[in-house]
Amino acid sequence: MSMEQPKIQDYAIIGDGRSAALISNRGSIDWLCWPRFDSASIFGAIVDAKIGGDWSIRLSQDSQTTRRYIDNTNVLETEFATSSGKIVVTDFMPVTSEEQKKKRLWPEHELIRWVKCEQGEVQLIVDLNPRLDYGRVAPKIKDTGKLGWRIYSEPYVFTFRSEIEFGRSSAGGLSASVALKPGETVAFSFTFSSEGPAVIPPLGDLVAKKLELTIDWWRRWAAQGNYDGPYRRQVIRSALVLKLLSYAPSGAIIAAPTTSLPERIGGDLNWDYRFAWLRDAAFTVRALFGLGYKDDADAFVNWLLHATRLTRPKLRVLYDVFGESPLAERVLDHLRGYADSRPVRVGNEARVQLQLDIYGEVVDAVSHFFRKQRRLDREMQKMLRQCGEYVCEHWREPDSGIWEYREEQRHYTHSRLLCWVTLDRLLQMHERGQISGIPADKFRDARHQIRREIEERAWNDRLQSYTQLLEGDTLDASVLLLALHGFEDATSTRMQQTHRCVRERLVPAPGLLHRDEPSAKRREGAFALCGFWEVDFLARGGGSLEEAETTFRQALAYANDVDLFAEEVDAKNGDALGNFPQGFTHLGVINAALSLRDREERAHKLDRQS
Amino acid sequence: MNWTSWLLWGFASTVVLTSILAGSQGIGMTRMNIPYLLGTIFTPDRDRAKFIGIFLHFLNGWIFSLIYVATFHALGRSTWWFGGLIGLVQAIFVLAVALPALPALHPRIANEQYGPTVARQLEPPGFLGLHYGIRTPISVVVAHVIFGAILGAFYSIK
Repeated sequence: MSMEQPKIQDYAIIGDGRSAALISNRGSIDWLCWPRFDSASIFGAIVDAKIGGDWSIRLSQDSQTTRRYIDNTNVLETEFATSSGKIVVTDFMPVTSEEQKKKRLWPEHELIRWVKCEQGEVQLIVDLNPRLDYGRVAPKIKDTGKLGWRIYSEPYVFTFRSEIEFGRSSAGGLSASVALKPGETVAFSFTFSSEGPAVIPPLGDLVAKKLELTIDWWRRWAAQGNYDGPYRRQVIRSALVLKLLSYAPSGAIIAAPTTSLPERIGGDLNWDYRFAWLRDAAFTVRALFGLGYKDDADAFVNWLLHATRLTRPKLRVLYDVFGESPLAERVLDHLRGYADSRPVRVGNEARVQLQLDIYGEVVDAVSHFFRKQRRLDREMQKMLRQCGEYVCEHWREPDSGIWEYREEQRHYTHSRLLCWVTLDRLLQMHERGQISGIPADKFRDARHQIRREIEERAWNDRLQSYTQLLEGDTLDASVLLLALHGFEDATSTRMQQTHRCVRERLVPAPGLLHRDEPSAKRREGAFALCGFWEVDFLARGGGSLEEAETTFRQALAYANDVDLFAEEVDAKNGDALGNFPQGFTHLGVINAALSLRDREERAHKLDRQS
Repeated sequence: MNWTSWLLWGFASTVVLTSILAGSQGIGMTRMNIPYLLGTIFTPDRDRAKFIGIFLHFLNGWIFSLIYVATFHALGRSTWWFGGLIGLVQAIFVLAVALPALPALHPRIANEQYGPTVARQLEPPGFLGLHYGIRTPISVVVAHVIFGAILGAFYSIK
C-alpha cells in the first residue's frame, strides 16, 4: 500500500441527506459525488490519489490531528496542532428544515469548510483539485471575480468561493496560502447547481448562521430517538450514519457512499455500494423503530413499497435511490483503485442475481412496521400475498445467497430461512387479522416443508452445526440468524452447538467473525456485521449477559476514532476494509444494542421480582 | 382583432414555448429555469417560486402574443414564417437586452461587481444567458421562433 494514501479508517463522513463527502484526518476531501450518492465523483482521490481529485486544507508545518463530530450531529471538527499554533477545521454540508429553506435562498448542494485559528500563528495551505467524471476530466475553472470560481459540467455548474485570494496551481486546480493569527477565521464554500439561476451564497456571517442551523437540525433529529441503553454514543453515531446514508427525497437508504474500497488490499473484491439493498430492509425498520425514529422508518417503508411495486411479484436485489434498477456494472479502467486495488467498478451486477432471502426481508420489515395496525390496505395485502405466492413457487430453487457469490447458484441455508420467514410472518399477520385472502393452508404446508428441510438438510451431524448450504460442511455466520428470526431458540441445543462451532472456525480475533469459511480461507477481512450478529445471538439467550456485553465491547473496538465502521476489518491489524462507512454494519451495532438493552431490562425485572 | 383566436392560440403557443424551455432544461441543454427565475422575484422558497413563476410565464406569454397579433394586423399578414421571424427578433431582444438587464430589476440576483449578499444570492444570467449554459441561446431562440410560428400559422386576422 502506498505510504501516501490514508487508511480507510482515517476517513470521516459528512452529508446532506442526498450526497456525502469523505474527509481524511489529514484534512483532505477525497470523495464527493454530486448531485446524488451514485453520481460521478468530482473529488475521487480515494480511488485514485493521482487523478481522482481532492480538496485539501493543511498547515505548512507537520501537524498532529485529532477530530470529532460535534455532539449529536454530522458536523466534523478536525484540529491541526503544530509547535507554533493550532487550527480547527469545521466541515459540514448545510441542512435545515423546510420551513427555514422557505425563508432564504438555499443552494441545491453546498459543502462549507470553516477554519479558525485557535492558538499561535500558522500558515494555512489550501489546494482545490476538482476532477469531473471519476477523474476523467480536468475541468476548466473559470474566474468570475466576485462571484467566485466556476466549473461548468454541462448541464451542471459548481461554484467555489472563499474569503482569501486563490491562484491557479501547477496541477490545474486552485491554490492559496494564508497566515492566520489567533481568533482569525477563513471560510470556503463549494456549491452545486442543476438549475439556473444557481444560488451563490455569500460567506461571512452567513457561514456561522448555516453552521448553527445545521447543528440545530441534526440535534433535533437525533433527539427524536429515545434510546437510553448501553453504549449510547456509538448507537446514536450509528443512527446518524444511517441518516446520512438516506436519500431524503425518496426515503431510500444506501448501503455505503463509496465504490470499490477493497475488501482485500490489492485484490479485486471491489464493489459499488451506492444503492439500496432490499436485504437491509428488516434490519433497517427494526433499528429505526427500535430507536424511536418513526418518521424515518415510515419514509423507508414507503420507499420500499414504491420500489417493489414496479417489479413485483419479482423483487430486485438492489435499487437506486428512486427505486429504479441501477445501470449495468462497468469497470473504470483509468482509475488505479484504492491502494492499487483494481478494478474500480460502478454499478453492481448483483442487481440481476436471484436472491430469495429478500422476500423474507421485505415481508418481515412490513410485518414489524405495521404490527400494531389492525388491518393493512388492499394494495399492501396484495403485495404481501404476491410475495407469499412467489416464495411458495420458488423456495426450492438455488440462488446467489446473502453474500452474493458470483459463481454457480446454490442452496443456501440463509435463503431457505428467509423463505420460511416470509411465510411465517404472513401467517402471523393473517392470524392477527391484518391480511385476508391468503391461501393459509398452502402457506402453512410450505412453511412446514421449509422447516423440515432446514432441520434435516442444513444440520450437519458430523459438525454438530447448521451449515452454509443444504447438505454442506462449511460454516457461515448467517446461521446465527436462525435465532434472530425466531426459527430456533438461541438457547436450543442445536443453536448452542452451532454457536460453538462458529466460534471455533470463524473467529479470527475477539469481537470479529468471518462471514463464512471460504472467505476465512481466502484471508479476507472479518465481516464487521457478523460480530454484531453474535452479540445479538448472545443477548437473545445464546450466552450470558456478561458474554454479550464483552463481545459487544470487543466488536465496537474496531470502529475508528469517530465511531465509524467499514464493511470488514483486517483481523491482523484492525484496519478497516471495504466500502465506508457501511450502513449494514451500523445497523448491526444498533440491533445488537437493542437486543442487549432488552436483555438487561429482562435481567433487572427478574432481579426486582426475586 | 380576433379575440377568440388570440385567446386560443396565444395560450397554445405559450404552452409550447414553456414546454420547449422546460424540456431543454430536462435534457441538459441549459440550466435556465424561467419559472424559478421569475418566481424568485417574489419569494426565496424554491418550490413556491417555481409555482408563481409558471403562472407569471404564462401571463407573459399571453401578453407578448398580443404584440405579435397587433403586428399581424398592422402588416395585414399572418403566416408561420412571419410569426417565426417576430419570434426570432424577440428571442434576440430577450437574450441580448432583457436577461443582462435582469440583475437591475430582480431583487435576488447578485451583482457581478460586488458579489453575492444575504439578499442577493442568485447567479446573474450574463450576456445571452450564457451563465446558464452555452446552449442557452439555442433553446431560447428555438422556443421563441416556434412560439411565433404557431401564432402566425393559426391566428386568424379576419
